[in-house]
Amino acid sequence: MNPLNAIAVGFKEIWANKFRSLLTMLGIILGVSSLVAMSALVKGMENGMKEALIAIGGLEKVRVEEQDIPVWQQHMADQAVGTTMGDVHALLRSAPLITMVVPEMRTRNITMTRLGKSISPWNFIGTWPNAVELNQHVMAHGRMFNEIDDENARNVCVIGTAVRNALFGSPEQIGREIIPIGEFVNINNQRFKIIGMFEHYEAEQDKKARELAKDKPPEPKGGPERSKGFGSSKGSSRSGGFVFDLKNNTVYIPLNTMWLRFRAATGVSGAGSGSYSRSSGSSASSTSGSTAEFVPDPRLSTLSIKIADIDKMDEALQQAKNVMLHTHKGIEDFSFRTQENWSEGITQAISNARMSGGIISAISLLVGGIGIMNIMLASITERVREIGIRKAIGATFFDVFTQILVESVVIAIIGGLAGLFTSNMLVKLLVAMSPTENTPVITMESMLLAFGFSVAVGILAGLFPAFKAAKLNPIQALRYE
Amino acid sequence: MALIELRGVSKIYHLGGEEIRALDNVDLDINPGEFISIIGPSGSGKSTLMHILGCLDSPSKGSIKLDGMEIGSASARELARIRNQKIGFVFQFFNLLPKLNVLQNVELPMVYAGCSSRERRERAMDALRLVEMDNRAKHRPMQLSGGQQQRAAIARALVNSPKIVFADEPTGNLDSHTGETILKLFHDLSLKGSTIALVTHDPEIAAVTPRKIEIRDGKISKNVDAKLSGQHDGPKFAVGSQQN
Ligand SMILES: Nc1ncnc2c1ncn2[C@@H]1O[C@H](COP(=O)(O)OP(=O)(O)O)[C@@H](O)[C@H]1O
Ligand SMILES: [Mg+2]
Repeated sequence: MNPLNAIAVGFKEIWANKFRSLLTMLGIILGVSSLVAMSALVKGMENGMKEALIAIGGLEKVRVEEQDIPVWQQHMADQAVGTTMGDVHALLRSAPLITMVVPEMRTRNITMTRLGKSISPWNFIGTWPNAVELNQHVMAHGRMFNEIDDENARNVCVIGTAVRNALFGSPEQIGREIIPIGEFVNINNQRFKIIGMFEHYEAEQDKKARELAKDKPPEPKGGPERSKGFGSSKGSSRSGGFVFDLKNNTVYIPLNTMWLRFRAATGVSGAGSGSYSRSSGSSASSTSGSTAEFVPDPRLSTLSIKIADIDKMDEALQQAKNVMLHTHKGIEDFSFRTQENWSEGITQAISNARMSGGIISAISLLVGGIGIMNIMLASITERVREIGIRKAIGATFFDVFTQILVESVVIAIIGGLAGLFTSNMLVKLLVAMSPTENTPVITMESMLLAFGFSVAVGILAGLFPAFKAAKLNPIQALRYE
Repeated sequence: MALIELRGVSKIYHLGGEEIRALDNVDLDINPGEFISIIGPSGSGKSTLMHILGCLDSPSKGSIKLDGMEIGSASARELARIRNQKIGFVFQFFNLLPKLNVLQNVELPMVYAGCSSRERRERAMDALRLVEMDNRAKHRPMQLSGGQQQRAAIARALVNSPKIVFADEPTGNLDSHTGETILKLFHDLSLKGSTIALVTHDPEIAAVTPRKIEIRDGKISKNVDAKLSGQHDGPKFAVGSQQN
């Protein structure tokens, strides 16, 4: 018997027992749809987490943070200077495995105001121009400040969209996007010029949703407008977008500007007395046209470095540590914080999800396979006479074997296809019911994998019944009533 | 040369220490074109003999030659091929597959022979015409009378032009009138040259065939060929046509 005939016979048999075959397929349908849906969910998670990881600067980014001096070095505590520009220059000079060093100086209690509106940005950072690259910022408008801005400690700033929204109004409120390049704002009562703005950071999914919403007419507003605080700005109202909110809520100013306008004053006068205007006046006059070399080695909040090669992470960190131990006179008052922990957490979460999804699907497929085997065994018992007749008129062992096996595989294939269909429906339903930024994504691989598994289950489940049927003695089969 | 040669064939079953000799040292030759009956009481070993002759079963002892080929050394695969190509079976309970229609049932041996669907259809229709069942080709077995089912089964047995057709109590499940039309059909087929072996317990049916082999307790007790002794003057059928 040729294979095409065998398949036709298999289909006929399944069609003759439609309801029973459908019940048999149920296990496979469930197995396949759970496999595909699970992997779609995991894929969605993975995408969301990868986006977030990139948004915070990727794996190559390492932060050097200040750390309490270890107990055995407590006696040298007074010599600990913290992270300084000296470290930056030393690292640049003597750590070839580190491709980029970005000093950061943060200041708290910052208020930006413009025409009665105000905001306290989450990240108010004095830094170097290369911070844009390290932190994977994208300049949507204007420019990042450059070395000259930094050297001259100019009062310029680059802002994120959340800051723009707070001071100028968001596109959703106004109906058009305001690009405040060239505008002036007050930062703790000092005039700063906005020279650049980052793009609006958001998860891919939010972006799509926002673009869709754009086409709809705006809803009529009820009640007076009011700010709902950070993180609830329209357009990023979804949970889990924290990383993006944080990034949007950023203001960069040149490092030297930060040092001279906000830090040197507090540093010089000890406890911050809030006398910014006075200090800025004196510092500005003394440093106009001069460079940072005149001021003492400024203490940095953090130092971010970029590793040349993730695979050489340990070596690079060791190199950085050696260099910094030297500049810190052997005092280990710093530590390295990589994104690896975070990314390991992600990888762990993903692999856990994948594992549990895989186990659930495997169990469903196994149950489906047992169902098929059960039904095939019942069916050959029912058809002993048929098998005897077929053998009497010339069917070989192989003919009967393939007939039963094909039936089992055809059930599994139909079940598998139905499972792929249901899983697509299921995922659509999931997306519609609970929109998250981790939208499930059905991948081709998962569909192929699930389908392949269902066929394999069909083959495995069919082997034993097929063997049993093919071995039937035709005489006994014919005598069988 | 004989079509089938049995030499010293025994079939022994063991049931709880007891030895049952379903066939006991049987020698038998069947020549091409013969129309024979194998007759004996129930349990005498007729079916066992037919199964061994038809390559459905193998003997415990002895040798079988079919069409010049030693069967004892054939593999299961070769036996299946021999059954498919050289042997046709007709059973008491018709044994048509209920899910297939008459035409598909008749085509089945050719499916296993690997014929093209076109050839299958043509030859199956020829066979159905031969048994006057071509007007019932699309019927399911359940929609036919017993006699019609048996004729379809005969068409299936003939469709691969076998060397010999075995019929095990082919009229055992039919009323006497219908049974007679089936016997007449076998008789006509025999006249057209088919080699046919009828298995029966009924002497009246055995009377139709020129040669009778009587079997008792697994042994051949009588082997009479009327043609050789000149006594056989052909069967007398009460029915003239094959309609039932
Ligand atoms: N599979 C078997 N196991 C044991 N005994 C069997 C088996 N098949 C047949 N027999 C015995 O062999 C004898 C011949 O059986 P069978 O050929 O069917 O007789 P018949 O067809 O003449 O009625 C009987 O006694 C029967 O019980
Ligand atoms: Mg019998």
